[in-house]
Amino acid sequence: MFDWLFGSKPACDQPSTATSAAARPPWAALSLESRHEVLSEAQVVPEAANCVQCGCCTYNCPMGIDVRAHAWRGLPVRDSHCLTCSECVKRCPRGVLRFERIPLLTRK
Amino acid sequence: MTVRAPPYVIVGSGIAALSAAEALRERLPQAAIAMISEEPHDFYSRPGLAYVLRGDFPEKRLFVRTPKDLRDLNVERITARVDRLQCEQNELVLANGQRVRYACLLLATGALAVPPTFPGHDLVGVVKLDGLDDTRHIIALAKRGKSAVVIGGGITALELVEGLGARGLKVHYFLRGDRYWGDVLDEAESSLVMDRLRHEGVVIHTKTQVAQALGAGGKLTGVKTQAGAHIPCQVLAVAIGVRPRADLARQAGLKVEKGVLVNQFLQTSVPNVYAAGDVAEVFDPRSGTTTLDVLWPTALAQGKVAGANMAGERRPYSKGVAFNVTMLTGLKVAIIGAVGGGKNDDLVAIMRGESESWRLLPKSWVISDRDDANRVRLLVGERRLVGALVMGDQSWSRPLQRLIVGQADITPIRPALLESGMASLTQLAAFYQQWERSQTPDIPSGLSRSS
Repeated sequence: MFDWLFGSKPACDQPSTATSAAARPPWAALSLESRHEVLSEAQVVPEAANCVQCGCCTYNCPMGIDVRAHAWRGLPVRDSHCLTCSECVKRCPRGVLRFERIPLLTRK
Repeated sequence: MTVRAPPYVIVGSGIAALSAAEALRERLPQAAIAMISEEPHDFYSRPGLAYVLRGDFPEKRLFVRTPKDLRDLNVERITARVDRLQCEQNELVLANGQRVRYACLLLATGALAVPPTFPGHDLVGVVKLDGLDDTRHIIALAKRGKSAVVIGGGITALELVEGLGARGLKVHYFLRGDRYWGDVLDEAESSLVMDRLRHEGVVIHTKTQVAQALGAGGKLTGVKTQAGAHIPCQVLAVAIGVRPRADLARQAGLKVEKGVLVNQFLQTSVPNVYAAGDVAEVFDPRSGTTTLDVLWPTALAQGKVAGANMAGERRPYSKGVAFNVTMLTGLKVAIIGAVGGGKNDDLVAIMRGESESWRLLPKSWVISDRDDANRVRLLVGERRLVGALVMGDQSWSRPLQRLIVGQADITPIRPALLESGMASLTQLAAFYQQWERSQTPDIPSGLSRSS
């Protein structure tokens, strides 16, 4: 059920078995439980060290946000236009982007 | 003819060169910085070429800096081949005869695909994937071609297989050995990738080598295998490894082994000449060994350190745990630390996207999970995790990277891990969350809930 969020769906439509507890540790289920939570409380956060600046994220952003520029500077996408639609998170071929709860003190 | 004397000269225009230039400019706003390379294009993301080849996004997205970024960087770009380095004169000789003097030089010449040697290797249609021009060439060939043969056993080979497949060609994939990427993946992981390729229509020929590329009128028409089979194709893509471009350094008398040898400050055997990125073979004083990495994030990190040191700082480059995430047949695969030790018949040199350190195998026990496409393989050392490979679902990737990089002492849960394997991952998860809290007491971990 989190495929839309974590983008782990295989590209080809092979039969896939259920994910075991091992491959899906408890924090995967504990973080940002619903789409509603992502919409209201999450921001896209990069792991700058893993970014290869390919630009796939920027290309797929429907709002035209330069996600790559955030990624290589290691900055969360705080752009008010960000819909948290998850396109960039899903499509990043290097798994650089993830959703994270916006820290309370910086939430506007 | 001596043209000018910018104190800082960088040879190369990849990510090591760019990050060094940025580090220099940050520290020395007024300094003259020149960058010399044969590359006619602006800075682009080399790893992104695979995605352009596959048609994921257009080429113009690859360019990693805006025109404004480049104006601010204020680096003089010279498009030329460097023929000679003369360290005693602090001078470079370009192919057109120009001489460029430097006070401080960085060699960031990268690595290039090892060329094939079989007869017919020079036919039009025999390709490699080093740069943007190669990518354009392959895309143009793919428009006219019907089928392709790919040889080589690493990430680049697979990128070529997937890219050519996505462009509608029937792809034959030749492996010398009996499985894919045998020195990094275990058998189950290799078969998973190979099954997925077959499912996509790729024909995999194991234990197969090209004897000859066949052509007519200078153009490739097919290949003949060593077993005598004939396969018609219009594209033959070769990715059997890369070699550091160390000729310039070698001719200049710098110390060179596989790459240009540098100390922990990324200085070569001549103190005002530095090297960074794929061309550099870095000495690690802790282990007493040198390592060659052909990894983009490593090149970026080394460029930053080299730039800072060229500007007068004395920063050691500390090699972290080699880490890479790559997409194999649509599956994200994270490789962290030491995971291998096996054999890879398909490579004659190190591969792009690979670290030599992955092939090390300290005394360790392997535990792995079997859950179709989602896999976690852990290499458990005496007190620490020494490596991990996470395939498919990446929920474990960041925590394992943190535990391995942070050298977490796993003694408390090690018996459980070794005894019950993946069943004990639940315990590892609990251990990780506790460990993470002990690392950063005030900040909740990225993936865990701050309750």
